[in-house]
Amino acid sequence: MRRTPAGLARGVAFTLAALLAVVVLDAAVHGVMAQNPFGGPRPGAAEPQVGGIFGWILAKQSEFYREMSSTIRAAKSDGSAVWTLLGISFAYGIFHAAGPGHGKAVISSYLVANEETARRGIVLSFASAMLQALVAVALVAVLAWLLSSTAKTMCSAEKAIEIVSYGLIAAFGARLVWTKGGGFMRALQASPVPAMAVVHHHDHLHGHDHHSHDHAHHDHAHGQGHVHDEHCGHSHGPTPDQLAGPGGWQRGLGAIFAVGLRPCSGAILVLVFALAQGLFWAGIAATFVMGFGTAITVATIAVVAVSAKGLARRLSAGSEGGGTLIMRGIEFGAAGLVLLFGLGLLFGYLAAERATCL
Amino acid sequence: MQRLFGLVLLAGGIALGAAPAAAHPHVWITAKSEVMYAPDGSMTGVRHAWTFDDMFSTYALQGIETKTKGVYTREDLRPLAQTNVESLKEFNFFTFARADGKKTKFVEPVDYFLEHKDGALTLHFVLPLNAPVTPKQLALEVFDPSYFIDFKFEDKDPIKLVGAPAACQMQFQRPNDETANTQRLSEQNFMNGDNSNYGAMFANKIMVNCP
Repeated sequence: MRRTPAGLARGVAFTLAALLAVVVLDAAVHGVMAQNPFGGPRPGAAEPQVGGIFGWILAKQSEFYREMSSTIRAAKSDGSAVWTLLGISFAYGIFHAAGPGHGKAVISSYLVANEETARRGIVLSFASAMLQALVAVALVAVLAWLLSSTAKTMCSAEKAIEIVSYGLIAAFGARLVWTKGGGFMRALQASPVPAMAVVHHHDHLHGHDHHSHDHAHHDHAHGQGHVHDEHCGHSHGPTPDQLAGPGGWQRGLGAIFAVGLRPCSGAILVLVFALAQGLFWAGIAATFVMGFGTAITVATIAVVAVSAKGLARRLSAGSEGGGTLIMRGIEFGAAGLVLLFGLGLLFGYLAAERATCL
Repeated sequence: MQRLFGLVLLAGGIALGAAPAAAHPHVWITAKSEVMYAPDGSMTGVRHAWTFDDMFSTYALQGIETKTKGVYTREDLRPLAQTNVESLKEFNFFTFARADGKKTKFVEPVDYFLEHKDGALTLHFVLPLNAPVTPKQLALEVFDPSYFIDFKFEDKDPIKLVGAPAACQMQFQRPNDETANTQRLSEQNFMNGDNSNYGAMFANKIMVNCP
């Protein structure tokens, strides 16, 4: 009786802490990017204005991006300019991903929704960025190079891919919500009500839950959950490991495709420009280097997200079984977010980088 | 319930963290515009001349066949110009007018064509108002709300009034003017999730006062 309200309050506090961690760390990444890695003075440092930092990132991106066309032109006569191009592309990739982008949001949310390691977060980030580069190169190679299509056709192709990609994100999110919703509901049903009567069992079983989770046990718990056995139901929510389950890499593939399918508009412009200058190979190299830069930033944010979740788990572990509920809740929320991102992008409520259609 | 509330906050927070997202420009336009007036002193529309950057110009010319390689006549570019004005419609031609504070609509562009010069494409078009207006104050803004396109007006003679009554005074404000900076979105605005009008920070503002 004494513990329940306190546990609730702590649960809320931890959830808020986790939330803050994610938001603040994300902002911190933006902040770090804004420290000017090239040693120059940091512009507008006096005012802690979000718009200023974003504005600076935008300005940097624009700068790098604009330099690309002149550098590709220069590379026609001076081969060494290709190195400059690769350097600019790399920096652009890093800054580009530090700005807006649904990719990092979807990957981070996916990682939080699942019991994923930071290492997998890094691999997913790189795989999706490389796929994105590959799709851009393939699109330009087939449409512009082989078929000599017009910008209008390329735009239609981009839009079609975009819809498929957003649909995939939504479907992927729906599946996550379905999977995570079950765990959350079981945790929700189990946790608060019987707490006063079975506090001691509860504590015991909670520990038990963490230390022995074989699959047979899980199946058993699942069955129990359906008959609303208070005694067992509340303690035998599936552990994160069970939810992640086998074949995790295949599921990761879903994330890679959902995010990486849609090519970056900037990459397509650069590729077509390079093709027109007779330096398609330089454009391809630039695209992959750009993807590499993007992957570094996305991976950083993904690792931050995974760490924030780890922090939330450590903090909530002390909160008398409420911890399971909080973790299930965070996972469910993150799953819902992936779905919302997909739907938002699909129906145009969320603005993403648009395809170049003019 | 409290926990649920916390979760909603969490979800909202992550969404917010991801939401202050705005594209950076991929296309740069150097603009030159004329505000057009009828003989009776009413404002009838805007004539734009938008020059695209090197990269976009090359992209847009991709796959267009010409009689002479590298020489694009107005005729060769006619289908592209058509595509341009059709696509621009979706974005309200990036031109937003207010007559004495009241929103005023433009209709389909007329007299549009593309010109290819020194590797760059320039789109010329006239944007007529759906009905002429005679406001005391006319406010025109040229910008892309999603900032995919960056609009920069020409340094020399960016805006001209054509046929305006003699008493009319024109003011032009570039997005990076001091005055504009003070009007930048505050942190509050930026974090409220509504970034649909993010590009307004980069708006070019034209004000014509006709007492």
